[in-house]
Amino acid sequence: MRYSDEFRDREATLAIARRIASLATGPATIMEVCGTHTMSAARFGLRALMPEGVRLVSGPGCPVCVTAQPDIDSFLSIGDEPDTVLVSFGDMLRVPGSSDSLEGKRAGGAQVRVVYSPLDAVEIAQQTPEKRVVFFAVGFETTIPATAMAVLSAKRSGARNFSVFCAHKTMPRALRALLESGEVRVSGLLCPGHVSTIIGSAAYEFIPDEFGVPCAVAGFEPVDMMAGVESILRQLREGAARVDNAYSRAVPREPNARAMEIIYQVFSPCDAVWRGLGVIPKSGLSLRETYADFDAAILFAQAIARVPEARPSACRCGDVLRGVLAPEECALFGRTCAPENPVGPCMVSSEGACAAAYRYGGA
Amino acid sequence: MTETAVIERVTLSHGAGGPAMTELVRQVFLSAYGDCGETGDDSAILDVDSGRIAFTTDSFIVDPLFFPGGDIGRLSVAGTVNDLLTAAARPVAVAASFIIEEGFQIEPVKTIASSMHETAREAGVRIMTGDTKVVPAGAADKVFITTTGVGVVLRDGVSGSNVSPGDRVIVTGSVGDHGAAVLLARENLLDAPQARSDVAPLTEIVLSLIESDCEIHAMRDPTRGGLAAALNEIARQSGVAIEIDETSVPVTPEVRAVCEALGLDVLQVANEGKMLVFVAHRHWEQALSVVRASRYGTNAQVIGEATSGPAGRVTLRTVIGTSRLLRPPVGELLPRIC
Repeated sequence: MRYSDEFRDREATLAIARRIASLATGPATIMEVCGTHTMSAARFGLRALMPEGVRLVSGPGCPVCVTAQPDIDSFLSIGDEPDTVLVSFGDMLRVPGSSDSLEGKRAGGAQVRVVYSPLDAVEIAQQTPEKRVVFFAVGFETTIPATAMAVLSAKRSGARNFSVFCAHKTMPRALRALLESGEVRVSGLLCPGHVSTIIGSAAYEFIPDEFGVPCAVAGFEPVDMMAGVESILRQLREGAARVDNAYSRAVPREPNARAMEIIYQVFSPCDAVWRGLGVIPKSGLSLRETYADFDAAILFAQAIARVPEARPSACRCGDVLRGVLAPEECALFGRTCAPENPVGPCMVSSEGACAAAYRYGGA
Repeated sequence: MTETAVIERVTLSHGAGGPAMTELVRQVFLSAYGDCGETGDDSAILDVDSGRIAFTTDSFIVDPLFFPGGDIGRLSVAGTVNDLLTAAARPVAVAASFIIEEGFQIEPVKTIASSMHETAREAGVRIMTGDTKVVPAGAADKVFITTTGVGVVLRDGVSGSNVSPGDRVIVTGSVGDHGAAVLLARENLLDAPQARSDVAPLTEIVLSLIESDCEIHAMRDPTRGGLAAALNEIARQSGVAIEIDETSVPVTPEVRAVCEALGLDVLQVANEGKMLVFVAHRHWEQALSVVRASRYGTNAQVIGEATSGPAGRVTLRTVIGTSRLLRPPVGELLPRIC
């Protein structure tokens, strides 16, 4: 398959692995920010190709995983209201809330639909005008433009029974919070390829400038990811810190102006709670006042206000998302927490670090 | 008389046991199945050779009912026939029970019934008995079919517990076709690549393997959960390890494109016309050429082997030469977000 086979080539991958081995001079912790990177590293066994001391750790880039427990509980509570249809991406279906999951709600009789695009949720609303159709908007800059388009399309077509429960988050501010906390000593950041197609590689330039941490934007095939690691190790070797673009076939330096415009036409920045990272100022998005009629947080405010406070759990997904704990180091991993009975979101999502570690293990 | 008029939609009276039901059976099932040996009695009688009987049942609830490459009727016959074949049995007869939602049109039911007949003929079995129930609108989704099959065991000892270290693993063709086709048809997802279901009865492949005297230790049709689920089951049942070489697993470009786009692992995607064959090491070349000479086996490949490694462990040598665990899938296949 074009644009994938050549970046999955065994010889090309191994050639980079040899260069990486010669570049590595000591211990280095490289954070792969994106959940799809985590899954790709596991699927292709890339950790086995890292020289001694070079460690890949997962970061806060799995959208389902960073969604805070109160947001999940709030969305689930909307399903108890009459005539509602909960609409979500498939990844969210089995993520446990404090007392239930979407899958559990569905089994209990709530209407739950899975879609691949927010625009499909608008279509559901148009087909069932007697229902109140609520879309659970999670994800980073990659998915936000599609939600914005869904809101615009609902407004245009008069689908007043459509609304969005917005838990969207923006990536650069989370990286800043992570680096400012100083909790993880990251030698380099493998920046997310998909998100970067929207925000451009320039969005990460504050990281080398202010924190002195080398960055490389990388795609998701083995050759792409290895090239990203190589670029970070090369910068470390040179004592340099900059943003290298190892995914230039998809990512420009500048943001995608059209996508950014549509995002901020519909949304404005707000403070957001991230699982594991806590409140990060201006890292979330809420619907602008013009679109208040489509804001589920307003429409269902009473139901949401009744949601009890989330119970503390032994789940350490938060630590995994900050890169301070490897999935296998969690006491629940593979014992009480497995994909068939997940305790936390990282074990559910196809981008979750725990699911990746469990599914592909170390052979 | 209303009973003899041409039926357009299924109503509750068609499941009530009266003349309307007799008419439905006559207009739809008897006319489709043809030579089914219908006697009007409640049980069909089979003549079988003496020996051991294989016996299996399965229910089919696919959405949509018609998809590129097949339909629920073909699926319901091929699925049960292939289950009989895994026991090295020659399929003989199939029973088919329908649960139909009130108000469903009769035309698609007729199409499904003739597809079942066509598939049965191809598979070398007869549909000899059946049942029809109609449930109120909303109590079922259009049509559910349960098929039960019997077959005569031709060779003893072919079982998922009989794999030995050294056995080669053959897959009879490309993987993931059925799951990818149904997912695309259901969600109306992508415009470009068209995946077609592989749904087919594998009688020819299996009977020629048995006639060939190749030492076959186990067969399994990798349906739900795909290759990953089937290989893990066999490894556990037989207490062996299995090593698979990712580069030798056949996948069509269309299915690959679908799986890459949706973030699915093709090894976990369902097949409905493929068999995994575990054959003694000394017979693998012969077995492979027998399979390849069959209509549905032309793209067969050896994809790995059983080893004396840790019991139940399935590993995959990836395209870039590293090694990782191949776990069975959990829950529904959930496409990723970004």
